[in-house]
Amino acid sequence: MLVFERRRQPSKFWTTITPVLAVVLTMIVGGIMFALLGKNPVEAIRTIFWSPLFDPNLSAYARPQILVKAAPLVLIAIGLSIGFKANIWNIGAEGQYIMGAIFGGGVALALYPLEAWWIFPLMILSGILGGILWAMLPALLKIKFRTNEILVSLMLVYVSEHFLASVSLGLLRNPDGIGFPGSRNLQQYASASNGELFTGTGIHLGVIAAFVSIFALYGLIKFHRIGFQVRVTGQSERISRFAGVNPNLMVIFCLATGGGLAGLAGIFELSGPTGQLSIDFNVGYGFTAIIVAFLGRLNPFGMALAALLMALTYIGGELAQFMLNLPAAAIQALQGMLLFILLSMDFLSQYRIKIRKLA
Amino acid sequence: MELEEGEICALLGENGSGKSTLVKMMYGLVKPDDGKMIFRSKDYTPTNPNEARSAGIAMVFQHFSLFDALTVAENIALGMSDHLSFSTLSKNIEEKGKAYGLALNPDNLVGSLSAGERQRVEIIRCLLQNPKILIMDEPTSVLTPQEADILFEALKNLAEEGTTILYISHKLEEIKELCTKATILRAGKVVATCNPEEKSARQLAEMMVGTSIGAPKRTGEVRSHEGTPLFQVKDIEKDASSSFGTGLQKISFEVWQGEVFGIGGIAGNGQDELMEVLSGEALPKKGSILLDGKDLARLNPNERRKRGLLFAPEQRVGHAAAGEMNLIENSYLTAADRKALSKYGIINWSKTTSFSKEIICHFDVRTPGSENLAQSLSGGNLQKFVIGREILQNPEVLIVNQPTWGVDAAAAASIRQKLMDLADQGAVVVVISQDIDELLEVSDYISVLSGGRLSRERHVKGLSREDIGLMMGASQELALEA
Repeated sequence: MLVFERRRQPSKFWTTITPVLAVVLTMIVGGIMFALLGKNPVEAIRTIFWSPLFDPNLSAYARPQILVKAAPLVLIAIGLSIGFKANIWNIGAEGQYIMGAIFGGGVALALYPLEAWWIFPLMILSGILGGILWAMLPALLKIKFRTNEILVSLMLVYVSEHFLASVSLGLLRNPDGIGFPGSRNLQQYASASNGELFTGTGIHLGVIAAFVSIFALYGLIKFHRIGFQVRVTGQSERISRFAGVNPNLMVIFCLATGGGLAGLAGIFELSGPTGQLSIDFNVGYGFTAIIVAFLGRLNPFGMALAALLMALTYIGGELAQFMLNLPAAAIQALQGMLLFILLSMDFLSQYRIKIRKLA
Repeated sequence: MELEEGEICALLGENGSGKSTLVKMMYGLVKPDDGKMIFRSKDYTPTNPNEARSAGIAMVFQHFSLFDALTVAENIALGMSDHLSFSTLSKNIEEKGKAYGLALNPDNLVGSLSAGERQRVEIIRCLLQNPKILIMDEPTSVLTPQEADILFEALKNLAEEGTTILYISHKLEEIKELCTKATILRAGKVVATCNPEEKSARQLAEMMVGTSIGAPKRTGEVRSHEGTPLFQVKDIEKDASSSFGTGLQKISFEVWQGEVFGIGGIAGNGQDELMEVLSGEALPKKGSILLDGKDLARLNPNERRKRGLLFAPEQRVGHAAAGEMNLIENSYLTAADRKALSKYGIINWSKTTSFSKEIICHFDVRTPGSENLAQSLSGGNLQKFVIGREILQNPEVLIVNQPTWGVDAAAAASIRQKLMDLADQGAVVVVISQDIDELLEVSDYISVLSGGRLSRERHVKGLSREDIGLMMGASQELALEA
């Protein structure tokens, strides 16, 4: 009989090694899935994980694209990880990302065609504000009525998607768009455009912001009193009260940073790579960032690596769709598998497995 | 070591001397690396508590494993390996209870029981299996003297009927009263076996520690109120913080500089609520808390700390200290402001580290280093750390809940000494404790919190254990009349 025995302290070795093992195992299980879909599993895995980085024909384009895709994941994951450390579970970053884009984009579109230097900064601030306001709904409901922030923040994602559809078809629709849904393209509006910083790479300001956020989080958690309080809150509510932490303010702080950074990612994405508010503006970064946060063990540098890995699966996944005709859903299943496998393997860091004879 | 049939044997030793490991092996929770146990002339190698129980070895733990929301009978049924109907079980519970003077109503909810009654549930659960050996881990730490006397009677009866009792306790006086043999452990070895009746409590403690220890002493004389009180609590009222807690009703007391004020009474009578209100973790419904004439009753814990009111709550891991954080981080936890360990929110870790080392050194905290997690320390060492962390911040008022609960004799003596030294330096010390000997040792004035009410204070001079027991009873009668 297999017996699971709880470890006194989580094993450091397994905590570090499980993300790597989870990736390897995901490749194997994913390979089996691709084989069942009738594709060559080795080639599929190679296309997803290898080609974007090392294929001489693709890597020049794909490598900077990985950074571009990783940027919003890092920004969102960094914000979420603060809450996760304090046991405050914001699952609705996707919605906050959308609202950031709508707020920021709305400001820019309202000012069009005015050209001024302050428009871009104002857009960014409005984007952050949009994300924060959307995250305040679960925060205030939790404080006031003790609702569960997991459910509320998650369900608000679907509300925000409807809101996005509504403004893309109505309020913010491009008046010159001959009836097509979607807003004006901000890339064609100089004051509001978040253009590429290095020609041909697609790297925009959001990538820089993502880098900054990694170090900001590290500093906050390691050297600032607020970061300390976040960690204490994650230990237990009782000890955080004893340490003088106001639990309500902590809920607001965690949801505000999560929402604010998701909103920031949204407005960078809108003003940069996407350009246009439309029904299919959001592609799931807010959910993928949750995988990134856990895969990176809530550690800022770990999350950066995890974001790069997930970005790789996005780029590689597109390649696989294009070259091997893999369905898009298969790529999403692969990403989900990664989180699933990681979480189940976490069991190993908490428990040791023993084989015992039946008594 | 050997145990005879029908004897009550004490197992003595400091924290970390191996008592728990030894009894856990007997109870099948831990496997010995080497050596063997022989039980009734047969090799005894239990691999789990079930086997230990069916062989006839039962154990009552220090921490109860009972469900508040279930009745006595339901709780007992959960721990039984053979399944009886509830009515037979209830009858058995009542019979066993009567036979040993441990009366219980099987239909009562455990949540409504006192600590002493809960312990009876645990004991009867064991007795229903007719054990040959009953292991008891610090059974009296939660009992009033009167309840302890009842327990001792029951244990003596059991022993006369042939049950062997292995009794773990830090309270040497009660061991002298109850036990016929004592086995003393030090650093994982049996160092002596003796008859505790023939030794003084001091001698027993010295055998445990291996060196001589002195009783805590005040350098100043016992105080009497002079001038204006430094710390005043006026008419505090608060609702119970959990469905099984006790609300506070018009709690008032005053403490003068240099005094130790002891609050006795059994946990669950409002002790947790009082601690929460004094620390600012919860706000009172009514009333004020004055330090030097200024009201702090509406401030949060950190604001109170800045003004000199410091606290050491009862539960060490998860309340007074974060188990998964190291001692440096735990130093910052409460000392951030008073020790100026951060500036504009930026934490000065090197300053915090030296503060943690100061605590470890001045309070003799035994740990490989300040980088160790709080949960890796033994109870006594972590308690020394917690008390040290607060005392080294030079409090005006220090409030301590159960300062030496589950702490060995030597550590307890040193903690009490430090608390008394603090009072001698002119601070106010408020000690909430259910250990009557401790209160008599450290306090200048004693009052009892029972049923959410605080009795009148009494000067410690001439006060006996029985008086305090009566004070507990008296305030309960008051509550009944009201």
